[in-house]
Amino acid sequence: MFEFLGAGPLTWITFLPIIGMVIIMMIPTGKDDRSKAASRSMFQWTTVLFTFVQLVIAIMIFMNYDPTMLGVTNADTFQFVDRVDWITLHNVPIFGELKIEYFVGIDGISAPMILLTAIVCFFATFASFNIKKAPKGYFAMYLLLDAAMIGVFVSLDFFLFYVFWELMLLPMYFLIGIWGGPRKEYAAIKFFLYTLFGSVVMLLVMIALYFAAGSFNMLDMMNVEGYADGSLLAKVNEGWRLIAFAGLFVGFAIKVPIVPFHTWLPDAHVEAPTAISVILAGVLLKMGTYGMLRIAWPMFPDAVAYFSDWIALIAVVSIVYGAMCALGQHKVGKRDLKKLIAYSSVSHMGYVMLGMASMNETGMQGAIFQMFNHGTITAMLFMIVGVIYDRAHTRSLDDFGGLANKMPIYTGIMTIAFFAAIGLPGMSGFISEVMVFLGAFATYPIHTVISGLGIILGAAYMLWALQKVFFGKLPERWSGPWDPTKKIYKHDDVNAREIFSLVPLAIIIIYLGIFPNTLLDMMSGSVHTLVQFVKTSALYSAGM
Amino acid sequence: MASETLLQLSTVVLLLPLLSFVILIFFGKKIGRPSGVIGTSILGLNLVLSGIIAFQKLAVHADTVLIQTKFTWFNIGDFPFQVGFGVDNIAAVMLIVVNLISFLVHLFSTVYMEGDKRYPRFYAYLGIFTFSMLGIVLANNILFMYVFWELVGLSSYLLIGFWYEKDSAANASKKAFITNRIGDLGFLAGMLMLFFSYNTFMFDEIFAQIGMGIMPMADFSANGELMLTLAGIFIFMGAIGKSAQFPLHVWLPDAMEGPTPVSALIHAATMVAAGVYLVARVFPMLSADALTFIAYTGGFTAFMAATIAITQKDFKKVLAYSTVSQLGYMIMALGVGAYTYGFFHLVSHAWFKGALFLASGSVIHAMHVAMHHAHNHSMDAQDINNMGGLRKTMPKTYITFLLMTLAISGVPLTSGFLSKDGILAGTLAYAQLTGGVNWLIPLFGFGAAGMTAFYMFRLLIVSFHGKPKTDIAAHTKENKIPIVLPLFVLSILTLWIVYSPNPTDASSGWFYKSMKAPATVVPAEYQHDFLMPINKDNGYALAAHETVVENHAVEEALAHNDIPELEGEHAVEGDVVHDAAHAHDAEHSHEGEHAHEAADTHDDGHSHDVANTHDDGQGHEADAHQEHGNNHYANKFEEQIHKAHLPAMILSILIAGFGIVLAFVIYQFKIISADKLEANFKRLHTISYNKWYFDEIYHATFIGITVWLSKIMALFDGKVIDGIVNATAVVTRGFSYFIGHFDNKVIDGLVNLTASATGFGGIVLRKFQTGRVQT
Repeated sequence: MFEFLGAGPLTWITFLPIIGMVIIMMIPTGKDDRSKAASRSMFQWTTVLFTFVQLVIAIMIFMNYDPTMLGVTNADTFQFVDRVDWITLHNVPIFGELKIEYFVGIDGISAPMILLTAIVCFFATFASFNIKKAPKGYFAMYLLLDAAMIGVFVSLDFFLFYVFWELMLLPMYFLIGIWGGPRKEYAAIKFFLYTLFGSVVMLLVMIALYFAAGSFNMLDMMNVEGYADGSLLAKVNEGWRLIAFAGLFVGFAIKVPIVPFHTWLPDAHVEAPTAISVILAGVLLKMGTYGMLRIAWPMFPDAVAYFSDWIALIAVVSIVYGAMCALGQHKVGKRDLKKLIAYSSVSHMGYVMLGMASMNETGMQGAIFQMFNHGTITAMLFMIVGVIYDRAHTRSLDDFGGLANKMPIYTGIMTIAFFAAIGLPGMSGFISEVMVFLGAFATYPIHTVISGLGIILGAAYMLWALQKVFFGKLPERWSGPWDPTKKIYKHDDVNAREIFSLVPLAIIIIYLGIFPNTLLDMMSGSVHTLVQFVKTSALYSAGM
Repeated sequence: MASETLLQLSTVVLLLPLLSFVILIFFGKKIGRPSGVIGTSILGLNLVLSGIIAFQKLAVHADTVLIQTKFTWFNIGDFPFQVGFGVDNIAAVMLIVVNLISFLVHLFSTVYMEGDKRYPRFYAYLGIFTFSMLGIVLANNILFMYVFWELVGLSSYLLIGFWYEKDSAANASKKAFITNRIGDLGFLAGMLMLFFSYNTFMFDEIFAQIGMGIMPMADFSANGELMLTLAGIFIFMGAIGKSAQFPLHVWLPDAMEGPTPVSALIHAATMVAAGVYLVARVFPMLSADALTFIAYTGGFTAFMAATIAITQKDFKKVLAYSTVSQLGYMIMALGVGAYTYGFFHLVSHAWFKGALFLASGSVIHAMHVAMHHAHNHSMDAQDINNMGGLRKTMPKTYITFLLMTLAISGVPLTSGFLSKDGILAGTLAYAQLTGGVNWLIPLFGFGAAGMTAFYMFRLLIVSFHGKPKTDIAAHTKENKIPIVLPLFVLSILTLWIVYSPNPTDASSGWFYKSMKAPATVVPAEYQHDFLMPINKDNGYALAAHETVVENHAVEEALAHNDIPELEGEHAVEGDVVHDAAHAHDAEHSHEGEHAHEAADTHDDGHSHDVANTHDDGQGHEADAHQEHGNNHYANKFEEQIHKAHLPAMILSILIAGFGIVLAFVIYQFKIISADKLEANFKRLHTISYNKWYFDEIYHATFIGITVWLSKIMALFDGKVIDGIVNATAVVTRGFSYFIGHFDNKVIDGLVNLTASATGFGGIVLRKFQTGRVQT
């Protein structure tokens, strides 16, 4: 359905940004200042155009999504499927016949992620408008990153998934490494190596799974009974299966990130340009948990059961430890607002893990909903930091105070975002946190209550930051207008472009806080299927 | 009025203040001055509507315990998360309390906040506060309770920090929010326990299941008593935060940094009462141990806060600690089982404390105006030692303030007397029934009562009587009507006649009769025997019986998403309930039967309409029960409280009288010198004046440790964890360097060696390959 030029919407939504990238590459940069400026705005608006069309397709997919089609393990019930043979090699040594498919489709687990990616990428484009250095490369890389992220979420073939997963690394490395802050090289290489380490492990497990299942199709890989006899992963709960799961888990955990694999995140966030921080926190972190849901959980139910106590423990540690590190930012270092928010991400992604460890529908659905909500909320938070950084060229909390009178609209928006991050009812984050708590409590009551400390600490660091930036007295140095020439900023408060990128996110956050069913209905069937599949599989009980 | 209309009207009452918020937050700047008028008129309309609701509920629908609606907020798979709103008698009264105080504060602020540059914003915040508070009042389920509970926290944060340029205000708002969050964690834990155990958020459904003997967390622990007590205490933790009970009371006095009308509305009359209201809501499920915990918390708070209020110099601080103390009273009342008097005190306290704060606002405003005229901006306008003689300059404020002081001191002919007297009788009855160490409770109660009378009259005498202590005080002027009128309205409501024709006993009035304690659902072995209903029919299950479930109107309005039919799910739940009832032992079989029926009724409620529920005969049973119940006391406690009433009354009048006389002796006639007293009791005075050093202790311990720990964590993260990562990199690089060299020197050397060896060999061998065969 909705085919255009022979390709379905998922193919379009994935490769559209690549077309955009090619177009940007063909636009000349210009020689003198005027033509440079002109081409810069060409790059910007091309990116806006392509991400906008992508958003429109994502909304179309959302509107036409059928929640009764469950997906997860059944290839026939995935939606918007495009499936063709991609690479077929005969008589490959060891492998025999090697068949890799181009197989994309979505179900209730990936559909919200597609929507999230499209939303975040579109609005983050506006936060990229102040990129002056090598805009051509920036926007080309931006669109490539966009395509790779969507690709990860739609792939149903592990090999294809892996290709997109790796493809994502490249633009991210350059985007941080070239357009980042003072320690950009360090941050970029750290991000790259960390993730690469994860991918190498993932590659090994993928190959092992291929030998077991005889295909790269993820759905075949979930069918453990169909594994070839004698293959490494065939026997239930054998050491190799546990090791393979642990490998996959670490690979994904680095992306989430889960303590203790998280230290790339604060550095990457602090150094990355605003829009890239937004994408990093808004979408990239979700790939880790998405990978677990799509790959690790259904393929290794026995190992999930075996490790679930540990996963819950790690989740609690992430929640509390991340929150404490965020709170600790006001005692150590440069009191960087971005770093504080980066640590808050560690804490909030811990809730996702806790929900996933609970292995029941409430917790699991809460986890996926929390992925979406954290995506929108943190995207907003990083954009907000970008707004003052653009003006003041500092993010240190010590440099601010009393901005509430100078920037009232901005203060209002930031208050919404901060309280959303605290999990205030009426905002989407509350629903997902409560769902996670309700689900996790059924399995791990003590863990859940301890992780409740996160909501107290969360209030503490968020309100502390809010107070530092907005309340009290305005420092002398900011008493004048941000931009006396009025060229860039006509008013001291947020400008139209910034409002345009922030307010829609705020509306989404509040809307989903009041009407969560809009999204929950989309995912509930698939989550049910996933939980049932993992829990009722014979492997699960074997792993207990 | 039909039940549906009543509920629809309640929804309107709930949403109107939200409308006010939305209008004023977005268009306030454009609207400007008239914002106040808009906010005030919306609240005026709301007050009228809630008056209608309350009348309808208390007079017309008096037989229906709870009129409620349930609808699905969101689904998890097939499981609907049900929420809803309901109106019972205490909710109906609370609607009036919240709306009236809020309306008067709106009115008051038109003058008080006149000159503020964020005037429209102030009204917007008042709107969202009122909305959230009404949500708490109308919630018939624990999830909505929690939702609006948090929203109240937000509004309070915004209003305390309204003058955020002041660091003290910004700090106070943060402190309030975080302290409340600590309590909320307990509330959340309690909610999780209940939802996990009963698969519902609805109070009536939870109670019905407990009434059947299903204890919380049965899967985890066989100790049902402990689990039930824990659930009760966890939920009560929410109340400890919001109602400023020991040990989380420290935020409330700081909250006085907000504008004074806010103090009146939020931190005296309504929001802080939310905790008491919550305890009243879950009262039926509180076990004996939970109740004891609650009674001691409340009693200690009442006593401790009173000792602090005695020495404070700031006008608002005295009132703030008095609020903490009075809230302790209410909590204590609920803890000993004197439910009706606890709730009564909530209402009467709302009036007189609201008025006391508004009067203090009137005084502070007058002081500010006088200071403004005298061009004096350095004096502390809130220090009572700068006042004096205000009786002459502000007679109207004085009269009302005097009346309120009488009420809070528990002088006869006031509502405060009726409610406080009931509470004291309750503590006495409790001590008589339980004995032993529990005599501490009445000791706390009577002690606090004496101190209350003393410090309130001290405040009155020092600030209003005598000669002006400063020029400023001498030049104060009475305020305009919008400030004075609310004081008079509230004064009328503090007269006994509003509640009961008999000025000595509330139990003959309409209020007492309408606000009877709901019977406990806790199994007899976990509950005080004196709280068990004498008449076995009196179980909460019966209340569930009469519940009117009205499902459609709000559902359609709120959830435009398609909501799947829920009958199936509920039928399943009903079956579970059924089995449990049968499995239960014979002792409870009677109750069990009833509850079982109730559950069935509830299931049907989805399809039945209101009329059916009343017609199908169960209504008759309820009526018969009602008559039956009038002839007897509901439980032994009620009987005992009746007996304790006279001694408690005499004692409380004597003690209050002593406090008042002492205040006059020291501050009016100065027979005993206050300074000498202070010197003689230096140590006690210092402890009291410094509020028992709670803030300092918390800073040194909890806050200090948390901050220290988070600093250590952040350092640990940066140095150790990241250090390991970087060290790995360094090691790898070193290793690579080594490998590089190895490669360069050794491997490559070997290669080169081989090459040169080969070359050399070549040269050597070439010698043999001369072609001269002969060699």
